[in-house]
Amino acid sequence: MKFAVIVFPGSNCDIDMFHAIKDELGEEAEYVWHDAEDLSGYDGILLPGGFSYGDYLRSGSIARFSNVMKEVVKAAEEGKPVLGVCNGFQILLEAGLLPGAMLRNKELKFMCRTVGLVVENPNTMFTSAYSENQVIQIPIAHGEGNYYCDDAVYNELKENGRIVFTYEGLNPNGSLGNIAGITNAKGNVLGMMPHPERAVDALLGSADGLSLFQSIVKHWRDSNVITA
Amino acid sequence: MMKVKIHVTLRESVLDPQGTAVKSSLHAMNYHEVQDVRIGKYLEVMIEPSDRPVEEVVKEMCEKLLANTVIEDYEYEVEEAVTR
Repeated sequence: MKFAVIVFPGSNCDIDMFHAIKDELGEEAEYVWHDAEDLSGYDGILLPGGFSYGDYLRSGSIARFSNVMKEVVKAAEEGKPVLGVCNGFQILLEAGLLPGAMLRNKELKFMCRTVGLVVENPNTMFTSAYSENQVIQIPIAHGEGNYYCDDAVYNELKENGRIVFTYEGLNPNGSLGNIAGITNAKGNVLGMMPHPERAVDALLGSADGLSLFQSIVKHWRDSNVITA
Repeated sequence: MMKVKIHVTLRESVLDPQGTAVKSSLHAMNYHEVQDVRIGKYLEVMIEPSDRPVEEVVKEMCEKLLANTVIEDYEYEVEEAVTR
């Protein structure tokens, strides 16, 4: 399976993402610059964390108009897995591929530590390797992860299993309903504030994030590779 | 040349963590008159009018990029810029 790691000016988790795919997961990965015009050669799209365009105006608001985003929208419409982590999540929200918006963390602090995440929905292409209500350890590192949406959207997300991850225990940023990660209606676009790519080896403190990438690959193999 | 003054603020329904912190600080300084503080952004955009009405262009820019209407409201005023 071949992944595109989209690189914006100011991305800083792109190398971690590339490493997770290439060295830990053992799949193909390529860096793709933000002005790329074609993503048709990739099976999965990864929007890494960082501070694209310095977080000017609003996090993700400028990156959302990058050339490559037209192709990301196209890939999402085609049903390809699209994962946005941290700043990648913010970009997906600004692009309208996911509903809602991010506010500053409630305590106004940049939070950088490992948190417990509850797997709320293991029946997605991103979470099939986890079990329901499993608690996994994944690092967060953000100042604007306070997810917000109106009641109608929240109910929609809740009723349709689109809230995939919530924070266990103390909510680090004040997000609505302890939301840490959500999918689109079709289930092929996931945005999450925590960094699974930073938790792919016990040496890093946790390998719990690896199962997320393995889930994506399994889903892709099951639907694209015919085994005799 | 037109000067467009745009104010972008968080919607009433959205909690403003920065504004809340500033309000607490003002209260700590004994400004008990303060009821609420909302922090927003102020933008000045210089526009050379084209064949499209300035208001139409400004509105479109606000909706697309300058404000995120999920959480923010915007207001603007257009004035003739003084050029030298």
